[in-house]
Amino acid sequence: MSQTRRKFINTLLGIGSLGSLGAIFYPVLSYLVPPKIAEAKVKSLKIGTVENFSPDSSKIVKFGRKPAIIVRTEDGEFRALEATCTNLDCIVQYKKDTKQIFCACHNGIYDLHGRNISGPPPRPLGEFQVNIINDEIVITQPG
Amino acid sequence: MIKKVYNKIEEWLDSRYDLSPVKEFIAHKKVPVHRHSLWYYLGGITLFLFIIQVLSGILLLLYYKPGEDSAYESIRFIITEVKFGWLVRSIHSWSANLMVLFAFVHMFSVFFSRAFKNPRELTWISGFILLVLAMGFGFSGYLLPWDELAFFATKVGTDIVGVVPVVGETLKVILRGGEDVTGATLSRFFGIHVAILPAITTVLLVLHLLFVQRQGMHEPKEFTELPEDKKKYIPFFPDFALKDLLFWLIVFNILLFLAVYFPWELGPKADPLSSAPSGIKPEWYFMFMFQTLKLLPAHILFLEGELVGVLGFGLVGLLWMLYPFLPFSRSEKKLQITTIIGVLAILFIVVMTIIGYLE
Repeated sequence: MSQTRRKFINTLLGIGSLGSLGAIFYPVLSYLVPPKIAEAKVKSLKIGTVENFSPDSSKIVKFGRKPAIIVRTEDGEFRALEATCTNLDCIVQYKKDTKQIFCACHNGIYDLHGRNISGPPPRPLGEFQVNIINDEIVITQPG
Repeated sequence: MIKKVYNKIEEWLDSRYDLSPVKEFIAHKKVPVHRHSLWYYLGGITLFLFIIQVLSGILLLLYYKPGEDSAYESIRFIITEVKFGWLVRSIHSWSANLMVLFAFVHMFSVFFSRAFKNPRELTWISGFILLVLAMGFGFSGYLLPWDELAFFATKVGTDIVGVVPVVGETLKVILRGGEDVTGATLSRFFGIHVAILPAITTVLLVLHLLFVQRQGMHEPKEFTELPEDKKKYIPFFPDFALKDLLFWLIVFNILLFLAVYFPWELGPKADPLSSAPSGIKPEWYFMFMFQTLKLLPAHILFLEGELVGVLGFGLVGLLWMLYPFLPFSRSEKKLQITTIIGVLAILFIVVMTIIGYLE
């Protein structure tokens, strides 16, 4: 009788302790994950006039929270790509000598459409649509 | 006069706390003397450098201000305005690197002399965790100046965490304090660097030292096989302690030389909207892992290359930590598998590090 009573008390204590631990750790673990900051979803972005970009140059702009790279090719065409390397999150750059997109962290190379052509990047860079409206360049997220 | 005061204090304490076990311990602690005795000093040197880290770190805390708009500026203030600030910062950085270096050498010396074997398995494990913590100190401290190199190294380092299956992405967000490396990351790394890691390290360090004190120095096989009268020992106090002190002084001088003649640099301030500079590299003790990841192809079979690399390093690290429990670690053959593994490990680390710096 006393044995089952002890067992009963122990089980009760055990459940209580587990509950208490849960009540401590759940809020702590939740606290560790930062809340998502609400931000207006950016669909398209004006990045300046055509004259601001000389041929064979590039610029990094902020598209929402992510960086984007704008490249004006030698023949004056505009390309806009996500600037975050798909390998390990570094920010890519435009290489004038090879006319490619290059990531200096791990020597990842993409072509000017964002296709990963050599090095460690596993995926291509996302490409934005570029429209020129009244001399002003507007980049738009596809889809 | 001093002696008298000292005796008085000792008497006072002794009558209240009975110091005889401590005195007994100190009087009988001895260190074996043989041709590999030199390796006994490495752990002590690492400890000495850790103490320097704590002290110089406390000094830096007086002026350092974490935050996207203040971290870089406060470090610049320390090295340009504060008297001897450049020296304190330089000592902190150099001593961190030397500490990791000596910890590595200490670990390999223990590995090759098989000091990890029964009964010292837990000393080995606690030591390995201390090395990982030291690397954590290095990684978190690297970001604190908020310069360009630090920023991208942290982006890469934390992104690697993200490739771990299932929990990776959450871990990455927890570590970064958000999706990206921002001021929130800096706050977290600061907290990790000055509060969380020091607390955990203190506990493990005390355990590690207690284990060593309880079991005494490991004696290599060739020493234990000597006849009793051929075994030479020196007392820990004062002989070994004085030699320890001598090594500490030598290391301290090297540290000061490096800190004064090669003051630690501060690069340009981090700009989240600039391309990664070429020549971005992590601290040298991460280089071999960084380089390995760099050399892996984008895909290995159906897995991403970096995932294979990260899981591989995780697995190897775990096996290394549990090495004393692996069946072949106890092999007594002439050309021991332990020696081969140790040499291969060092070769791999050295070669990968060199390739990393040559590129």
